[in-house]
Amino acid sequence: MGYPAELMELIKKVERTRPERVARKKAGEEFPALSLDERKVRLEKYHPDYRPDALRELKVGPSKGYSLAQEVADQFEARSRVDPDKIDLNEIHYETDVLVIGGGGAGTAAALLAQEQGARVIIATKLRHGDANTMMAEGGIQAATKGWKDSPYYHYLDVMGGGHFENDPELVKTMVLEAPRVIGWLERLGCMFNKWQDGKLFTLHGAGTCRKRMHYAGDMTGAEIMRTLRDECRNRVKQIGVLEFSPAVELLTDEKGVCSGAVLYNLETEEYFLVKAKAVVMATGGSGRLHIQKFMTTNHYGATGDGLVMGYRLGVGVRFLHATQYHPTGAVFPEQAEGLLITEKVRGAGANLVNVDGNQFVFEREPRDIESASIIRECTKIGKGVPVPGQQGKFGVWLDSPMIDLLEGEGTVEREFPAKYILFKRYGIDISKLPMLIYPTLHYQNGGLAYNPDGSTTVPGFYVAGEVGGGVHGANRLMGNSLLDITVFGRLAGVTAGQFATSRGDVGKITVDHVRRYHKELEEAGIATDRVSPMVLPDYGNPDVKRRQWTTTYVGTIR
Amino acid sequence: MSTAQADPVPIQQVQAEQIESAERTDLIPIFIMGKRYSVPSTLTIQKAFEYAGYQLIRGCGCRGGICGACATVYRMPDSQKIYVGLACQTVVQPNMYLAMVPFFPANRATYDLSELKADAPTLLKYYPELLKCMGCNTCTKSCPMDIPVMEYISAALRGDVEKAAEISFPCVMCGICASRCPAELAQYNIAIMCRRITGAHVQPRAKHLQDMIERIESGRYEESLNRLMSADLATLRSLYVEREMEPHTADEMWEPQEKQFL
Repeated sequence: MGYPAELMELIKKVERTRPERVARKKAGEEFPALSLDERKVRLEKYHPDYRPDALRELKVGPSKGYSLAQEVADQFEARSRVDPDKIDLNEIHYETDVLVIGGGGAGTAAALLAQEQGARVIIATKLRHGDANTMMAEGGIQAATKGWKDSPYYHYLDVMGGGHFENDPELVKTMVLEAPRVIGWLERLGCMFNKWQDGKLFTLHGAGTCRKRMHYAGDMTGAEIMRTLRDECRNRVKQIGVLEFSPAVELLTDEKGVCSGAVLYNLETEEYFLVKAKAVVMATGGSGRLHIQKFMTTNHYGATGDGLVMGYRLGVGVRFLHATQYHPTGAVFPEQAEGLLITEKVRGAGANLVNVDGNQFVFEREPRDIESASIIRECTKIGKGVPVPGQQGKFGVWLDSPMIDLLEGEGTVEREFPAKYILFKRYGIDISKLPMLIYPTLHYQNGGLAYNPDGSTTVPGFYVAGEVGGGVHGANRLMGNSLLDITVFGRLAGVTAGQFATSRGDVGKITVDHVRRYHKELEEAGIATDRVSPMVLPDYGNPDVKRRQWTTTYVGTIR
Repeated sequence: MSTAQADPVPIQQVQAEQIESAERTDLIPIFIMGKRYSVPSTLTIQKAFEYAGYQLIRGCGCRGGICGACATVYRMPDSQKIYVGLACQTVVQPNMYLAMVPFFPANRATYDLSELKADAPTLLKYYPELLKCMGCNTCTKSCPMDIPVMEYISAALRGDVEKAAEISFPCVMCGICASRCPAELAQYNIAIMCRRITGAHVQPRAKHLQDMIERIESGRYEESLNRLMSADLATLRSLYVEREMEPHTADEMWEPQEKQFL
């Protein structure tokens, strides 16, 4: 365990340049940041989104003609998992005011706020309540809370700059103004943010921020928020029901086209059942498990973009979905930790990125897409990557975490990054003394279904919150704005859906006609495929095992 | 399990041995719920399940060591110990004998946070079973996050809610402690109650946060934000480029030169 000898030898080069790099940092001298024009060139040359054949034009649906990742297009250009003619629409299994699809941070926030409007709520979730990317968000949550140096004005500028000024201004304004209120809400719910004795919140820089506004709870900020929201949900068990291992696979409407529930799939019994609801909040999160361009991913097991597919079939268009976020720092060593997220807070706390010679090649607080493109450039064009042991042709660069203890005092790494510290310790690596080997990893779906600041969409009764939606981050999200996005827009969608549901009369006749129409459109576009979507779970089956799955056909319990 | 030790031949060895593939030399035997599979030695338990041919439904969440879905218990040959780990974080070892515990029933109190106090009577009202703790330390020994679980249970018993919150902070709520506790406690549910009390009632509220919320509610930023929203791209770009950066090493109370948009 630990680093093999060849890496220990290379680490010496990092150690040789470290004292000088630390001294420069202490003197306030930073590696020069790229200008806006240089950023553009760097992206076009090295970011995976810009590779030829990365994207393809959609042939069907509300965003027909729009180009997005092949792997996402495959999900859109596929048939429903269920045969619309087989569904018995007279047999309703659950009835509620608001159905929230997705049990992560956005969904849970929406459920809490919908319940506060007087609505009865059901959360349907694919895995366990809280098994979501929210749980994995480490670094923090942005909010301008320090009036002597920061304001929503600067937060707005940072968000727009990070997203290359393409973001939806209304959504951004809503997010930055709501941000402090959300922190206050979480504080009242009992989230243990890191604070000074007088209650003042700790804040750090993130990449692309001009003020230190990243609030955090150790390096488990998302986990702290998620488990707190989930716990509060469990206190309201009489009004908020949770269906676990029950992913939604299709939406329902009434005869006027108002969204009125969903078809759920019981992963364990493999049966489908219907939930009739007066409003639906889609909060299924992202799609890292589609492994766009075969990239490794930081995402949780269920992140297969299901909500995109269901919403798109229902008729809601997509925005910014062409832009995929590759997190600059995914672990590439040891193999067992591959793809694992190393929080940006490590760079925020001052750790440099250095190449095989121990030299810096990029400012460590560039926005994520620029940072990732720069690492890919260093490992390809420049040829100064660090070879990953045992993986021919794979390279990474060093994230020099030991700088943090030198800058902030012995013990800082262990205190500020407890989860990562423990994890690497298990592999025999002390990250307060040795750097980590990293490479960009598929991290975030920048775009998604189009929605308004109150969560509403072009389809009445259908609301969107969190990563499944697109617009607020433009083509590139900044660190700390995802936990913010899910809490801000989760709450707002919950309020709007709750109010819509409690004022809506009885739901009329349920249909899945939109699925039939979508199937017809596929046929008319000449898309002949046996693909079905949503994917629900990724397939990591061993091909050798599959080759030996010789069952002719399903007979009774035999497969 | 105790019979396995009493048996002169450890159960792992009575399993049929497969003919190993000639192509891979790095395979090791592991026993998934008693059944032998050969898997690459570099895999985590989770990936070993998939390599063996399982499609995971339960027992798999974040795959990154934080969601607590994949609690796993195992034994090793020639050891009396029960080992624990998260399947997504633990590397396989030859002849490990394992089962996942993806779910274990646990008591959870329903409460109104606003009514809770940071003291022992409050905790005992909702979790009277705390008094049954006999200090056996099995919980600590079975925590895959290396949390001294019994220490926070002791802190809770003393009414030191803040201490219990602090010690339990890295808890991923996997539930192994509860599965092993002879006093039938659900430690992790007691822990989150302590943390929420601490966050809401013990840690002082951030005054600057309240000030900012009041500023926003007074409409102070409406005009400056609306101007940004209607600015053309060139203006926006130059405002972005020229924004004043808070230095990395700046003191907490650092103030920018430009104050008109604060």
